[in-house]
Formats: sequence, structure tokens, C-alpha cells
Amino acid sequence: MTNAPDTNPVRPEEALLAEAVPVPQQRSAWETAWRELRRAPLSAQFGLVVILCYVVLGLFAPLIAPFTENELVGSQYEPWSDQFVFGTDQLGRDMLSRLIYGARNTVGIAFFTTIIAFMIGGSLGVLASILGGWADQVLGRAVDVLMAIPLLIFALVLLSIFGTSVINLVLIIAVLDSTRVFRLSRAVSMNVVVMDFVEAARLQGEGLTWIMTREILPNILPPMVAEFGLRFCFVFLTVSALSFLGLGIQPPAADWGSMVRENATLINYGDITPLLPAGAIALLTVAVNFVVDWFLHKTSGLKE
Amino acid sequence: MNAVLRTVLQRLGLGILTLFVVSIIIFSTIEMLPGDFAKAILGQSATPETVAAFQREIGLDQPAPIRYLNWIGGVLQGDFGNSFASAGALGGGQARTVLSLVAPRLANTLFLAGMAAIIAVPLALVLGMLAALYRNSLFDRIVNLTTLTSISVPEFFVAYILMLFLAVKFPIFYSLANVSPDTPFMERLARCALPAMTLVLVIVAHMMRMTRAAIINLLASPYIEMARLKGLSPSRIIHHHALPNAWAPIANVIALNLAYLIVGVVVVEVVFVYPGIGQLMVDAVSSRDIPVVQACALIFAVAYILLNLLADIASIVTNPRLLHPR
Repeated sequence: MTNAPDTNPVRPEEALLAEAVPVPQQRSAWETAWRELRRAPLSAQFGLVVILCYVVLGLFAPLIAPFTENELVGSQYEPWSDQFVFGTDQLGRDMLSRLIYGARNTVGIAFFTTIIAFMIGGSLGVLASILGGWADQVLGRAVDVLMAIPLLIFALVLLSIFGTSVINLVLIIAVLDSTRVFRLSRAVSMNVVVMDFVEAARLQGEGLTWIMTREILPNILPPMVAEFGLRFCFVFLTVSALSFLGLGIQPPAADWGSMVRENATLINYGDITPLLPAGAIALLTVAVNFVVDWFLHKTSGLKE
Repeated sequence: MNAVLRTVLQRLGLGILTLFVVSIIIFSTIEMLPGDFAKAILGQSATPETVAAFQREIGLDQPAPIRYLNWIGGVLQGDFGNSFASAGALGGGQARTVLSLVAPRLANTLFLAGMAAIIAVPLALVLGMLAALYRNSLFDRIVNLTTLTSISVPEFFVAYILMLFLAVKFPIFYSLANVSPDTPFMERLARCALPAMTLVLVIVAHMMRMTRAAIINLLASPYIEMARLKGLSPSRIIHHHALPNAWAPIANVIALNLAYLIVGVVVVEVVFVYPGIGQLMVDAVSSRDIPVVQACALIFAVAYILLNLLADIASIVTNPRLLHPR
């Protein structure tokens, strides 16, 4: 278990080189990131700006929104005016404020769900690739079966059993979505497990956790990060669809999916207000997709 | 031909096994019900006697394997049991069978999905191939950007935008698709126009991107390059070298997207108040009518598995390597 000096990750010839030639000072991570951003295509820059706006709105919702989330400030369905920029909803709550709070609720819940899905699916996937044999078989077949039922349908069945609440929603979607993460993380880490340095770590007697987190995880990170963006979009759309169906995030919390549902009747009068929350969902997914597209292009370009 | 037959049979066996396991999963959801479930269904005023009667009604007094056999036996004969919605009137009123709820709506959903598929599949394949053949052209880039945008958009957004512009601002189509069994065929088509259009828009984007990727992948393979270097004409390359190998990916793309249609149909039916199976399922989930949920889920899952199975088999029977073994 002791760290012998010759298992240092820096290869000997590199160490020699570093001593002989003075290396110019490395750019800090921030400088590199900034350079990459400046060079990114317009669509990716647009995406990043949009995502940043959503994060700021979500984090500082109480400071930005003119009213609170559930305050009754006017009569029902008031038109757009100076006082209520986007009018009021079916109970007389300010639409703009609820849109801003929605950034916190809807995006926050989708984000946490994706993180949980990655913790479950990612760790099981890497584990399956390391252990191999029957553990791999059992996990793989279980995932196959779970994936044989469309996700939204499976989620509907489970919600009818456990009842609709935010906790249930997050856990159900996270578990179901983790199957997709499992597939990818297992496939990617399969290529890493066979490498010599993993073998070396094994021979050295490192534990499972060390091999997972120190040897494999850093090497599968780029595809996993891109996948995180895509999975987030998928989870976000699924949660919104469920909320729209009235089975996701429950009132009175401000949530974009349920806001579309609650104000949908306005469409019949030619009012575009119900499209605002739907548009907010669409804009964020498009933005994330743009960024992921760029990121995938970059990481695959580097490998060639 | 032997190899093809063997592989097809293997796939079929695997498909049946998957169906069996999925039916067990859907059945066992009822096992996961929390203990106070009967109270939740029957209301707080339920006496212990009615709770016991209800549990007997759904068969909770028998061991699970026997109940599964009874259930799956019934399902295979089209009997999905009774809806919980009538359980409140236990001892008195007539229980509604799940089948009587599901059957008419299943026909409606199949009609809508079929209409969308008939329009979407040829459209997407043609557009996808054009984008692949003229890749990196202006056409390809525009198509790429629009489809990337439209797959990122929730279905209900597309649906409401269509409704706003094509039914409210310019009243061309019906904004609601509330058909009844005695609606004449032509009117039914007209009423389904907007929901079908929504589904078409959503799946064409997916299907096109996948077709484009599959064809580009194919055109980049070494034997196509070899054919090109030999100096063959483009039409011969497409017909003799590319197409035989393209059926498998194309079949996969179609099946995957028809399976996607299954999920899209749930949301679209709710938006347009279309009396289909998706809306029935959503209603059943909010009232926790488990037998109806189980029946709907089983129908969706079976359709999904069968479509994937069909794609697998299509790609096997068109695979030149299996058809002409050395």
C-alpha cells in the first residue's frame, strides 16, 4: 500500500526533460479556459451566455423578481402592463416573477436529478467494467430490462405507485436515467480498464475506490462531461413534460411545465403568455445542446 | 439462409424473454404499493371491512406467483381486470373493466400515430439522405441547425405554437382534436391535423439527423471509397454498394423513432384533448388507478419492444454478410 517512488505518474523521460529544459510558465486553468472561449464558435458562446443568465436568475431569484413566488398581486389573467410585465396568471400571481423563480425550481430539480443519475449510473458502470464476470453480466442484463420500457411510461407507472411528490420525481427519474449513464460509462471505461497503468495499480494493491476514482475517472471525464449536458437536457425535458401533465413538480411551486398547463387556455384567445415558460425551457435546452456540440467537437478533435 | 434463420430465431427468443420480464416488472408494481394504499383509494372514511374486501377484490390474499399467472392469463385473453375507479362503489355499483376503457382509445391512438408515421417516415428519409449527400452545403447546415433546435424543444411548445398560429390567429385547423367514435373519417382526419403535424415535426427532426449520420457513416467506409477509386458511376455505387448495407441502419432509425412516437403521443394527446391511450394513462396515474396504468404501460412497452425487435430482424435479413456467407 505504500507509494513507491517509481510508481510516480510522471514517466522518467518526462522528468528528465523537465529538469534539462526550463519550461515556460504554464497558463493557469482560467487563462486556458478564457482563450478557448474566445475561439469558440458563435453558437457555443451564445449557449454559454444563456446558461450563465439562467444560473444568475436561479441563484438570485428573490433579488431580481419584482414579487415573490406565490404572492397574489392582481386579478386573474391580467394583460401585459408596466406593473406586470407579462401580466398575471390564473390566480393573479405575477407571471414575470414566477418565470424567474421557475429558473430556480425547474432547472435546479433537473440539475440535481442528473447529478444523482450520474452518481448511480457512472459508479456502477465503472464498477462493472472493473469487476467484469458475473457482476458485469447481472448489471448489464438488469439495465437491458429497465431500458426495454420507454422512460416516460416507466416513470408514469412508478409515479402512480409512489404518488407524485418532488422527492419521488427526482429519485424515479434519476434511477431510470442512470441506465443510460451506465451504458456509456461502462463502454468508455472498458477501454481504460485494459491499460497498463490500471494493471499496475492493481498489482500495487490499490483498492477498488482508488482504481475507480484515481485511475479510471480522470480518463473517462471528457465524454462523461459531454454526456452530462445531453442527459441534463433529456431529464429537463422529461421533468417538464411530467410537470406539464400535472404529475411532476406540484403547485404552488413556480415551475415552467406546470405554468404552461395552468395558463394554456389563454392560447385560445391568441395570447402568447403560456408560450413564455415553454420558450424558457426550449431556450435553455438549445443553449446546452450548442455548448455540448462544441465541446464534443473539441474533445474529439484533440484525439485525432 | 441457415445463418439468417438461426439469428432471427435467437432474436425472437430474446424478444419473448424481454416481454416476459417486462410483464413481471409491470405486474409487480402492485406489490410495491404502500400499505395504506387501500385507504388512499377508498377515502379516509373506509371501514376495515371495506378495506379487506378491496384487498380481496384485487387478490392481495393470494401469493404473488399465482396472482401473476392469473393476471397474465387474463391479459393474453384481453382481460385486464377491473378499474379501481369503480372500487369506491364496492359491494354496490357495476365495476368497469379496464378493457372497455382501453380498447376504443387504443384505436384512436393507433390512428393518430399511424397518420404521423405515414407522413414522417418518407419525409425524414428523403431529407436525411439529401443532407448526407450534400453535406456541408448551405442546405445541410440550415437543416442541421433547425433540427438541432427542434429536437431540443419540448413537444408541448411545438404543439402550442402550431395551435396559436394555425388554429387561433389563422383558423385553418381545429384547435382541439376531440373526436368521438361516430366522427366521419374525413372530419377525423381534419381534427387530427394539428396533433399529427406536431408529432411529425418532432420525429422528423430526430429521424433526419439519424439518417444523415447513418448514411455519412456508410459513405465513409473503405469499400465505398474503393468503388469510387475503381471509377464506378455514382448511381452504381449507391445501388450496388451503399444501399444493401444501408437497410439495416435505416430500419433501426425508423423503429427507434416510431418508438419515440409512443412517448410523444402522451404529451400531444393531452395538449389537444385527444381521447387516446396516452391521455387515459395520465388520468389513471393522477387518480392512481393501477390496473388501467398497468394495462396502458403494458401496451406501450409491448409496442416499443416489438418495434425494436422488428428493426433487429430487418437488419438481420438485409445484412449482405449473413445473406451471402462465404
